[in-house]
Amino acid sequence: MENKITDPFIIRGILAGIAVALISGLVGCFVVWRRLSYYGESIAHSSLLGAGLGILLGIGINFGVVFICLLSGILFLWLQQSKALSSDTLLGVLAHVAMALGIIVISFNKIKIDLHAILFGDILTVSYNDIWGMYVGVLLAVIIILFNWSSLLLVTVDEDLAKAEGINPLYMNLLLTSVLTIVVALSLQIIGLLLITAMLIIPAATARRLVNSPELMVVVATLIGIFSVIIGIFLSVEADIPSGPSIVVISAILFFLSHFFGTFLKKE
Amino acid sequence: MKIKNALISAHNLNVIRNEKAILKNIDVEINKNDFLTIIGPNGAGKTMLLKCLMEFYKPDSGKIIKKPNLRIGYMPQSINIINTMPMSVRNFITVRKKFDEISFRHVISETETDKVINKQLSVLSGGEMQRVLLARSLLNNPELLILDEPAQNLDVSGQINFYKLLQSIYSKRNLSILMVSHDLHLVMVSTKKVLCLSNHICCVGKPQQITKDPEFISMFGKDMANIMAVYQHSNNSNRHKNNQFLNGEQNN
Repeated sequence: MENKITDPFIIRGILAGIAVALISGLVGCFVVWRRLSYYGESIAHSSLLGAGLGILLGIGINFGVVFICLLSGILFLWLQQSKALSSDTLLGVLAHVAMALGIIVISFNKIKIDLHAILFGDILTVSYNDIWGMYVGVLLAVIIILFNWSSLLLVTVDEDLAKAEGINPLYMNLLLTSVLTIVVALSLQIIGLLLITAMLIIPAATARRLVNSPELMVVVATLIGIFSVIIGIFLSVEADIPSGPSIVVISAILFFLSHFFGTFLKKE
Repeated sequence: MKIKNALISAHNLNVIRNEKAILKNIDVEINKNDFLTIIGPNGAGKTMLLKCLMEFYKPDSGKIIKKPNLRIGYMPQSINIINTMPMSVRNFITVRKKFDEISFRHVISETETDKVINKQLSVLSGGEMQRVLLARSLLNNPELLILDEPAQNLDVSGQINFYKLLQSIYSKRNLSILMVSHDLHLVMVSTKKVLCLSNHICCVGKPQQITKDPEFISMFGKDMANIMAVYQHSNNSNRHKNNQFLNGEQNN
């Protein structure tokens, strides 16, 4: 395969990948702080159902994904209100039911769907229109979070302290659910649904050892994400492997490097 | 008439959870400069009462009347420090607070948190953490300070130091305090009024009266009542002496 790094599809892939990194660094920090990785995973799993329904109903994959992901996130928050079962169990139920339904819908589907691309990402599927849509999504999610930044921080530290200052934790959870949904919809083409959680967690976890404030953690996580996306996409083109796994491997290398050097350099 | 002046008051409050009455016909009011301590056995609904007053939960019946724009400072028993989030003490105390630099300086010096202000939350000792929580609750210059078992996680000398600090804040600032505490013998010196709760209000009054109340004695036992009587005695006869005792403990 003769691909130059200036080929339009690579440029499109990188632009889309940077969009993913810009938002997954920010949201990923909250996923790490609030231990939402399984929640993110569960929302990502429901995107398969969303994609299938989107095609089946002719409303497009993105709308289908956003709709179903939001729905499953809200369903979880509602189920969580009765405290009889742990979040862990509820998410286990939701994630796999959504996945099963997704596979069923897709196998009913007359239209051919590239399951491999949905699971692992494929930069060849990205068009300029997609990229525009992605950056609109990034902007939306960043605005949602920045406007509620201090409330989100406080509710993350302690829900009772937040309540005492008039914050409704459920409202904050809904906000996080909507941005998570946006991230999932954005990342599907580049990262693929099976690895979206990795893209959320690994850059944030890598940043953790290098910083001492939440704001800095977001910035560093985003930079690590951008770096991983760019190198990962080059690697994926060069080695002819799916983009998602390639990006994740690059960020994982950074994670172990930061862990290694963090342990040796930082003596507290 | 009195109700109008109250900072916060509850009227005939009832809370039922899982078909069990957690709070039964509670009437309570906190006025300016009050120092009210709520005591009671586990499961007596103490924390529930605090949380209802702060409107975390809606009571099943009854009313809560708050002075308009009442500034409340809330200090929880503890917070779950999440090591995954890097956060300095300064950042934690000030996040989502409106304040000016002078009052910030004042708060961290009066709570003695100035030495740890640039440390990460995750490295604080228990006593430091409690003072940091107190500092945060004071930053908006509250009219009412609500504390939920503030010294629960401290050792004895830590508890004594904490209540001394609270006492000095109470006497220096023009605020009211509502506190849940198990540390009766330590609180008795400072508190003006004690409310004994066991889902319903068993008794309420000055510390001296409370210890003679049959309901109190039946709940906490004669020994506790005697211990507290001793503390009050030294408190009444010679406050200075009592403070010396507290100072002595601190230096150990």
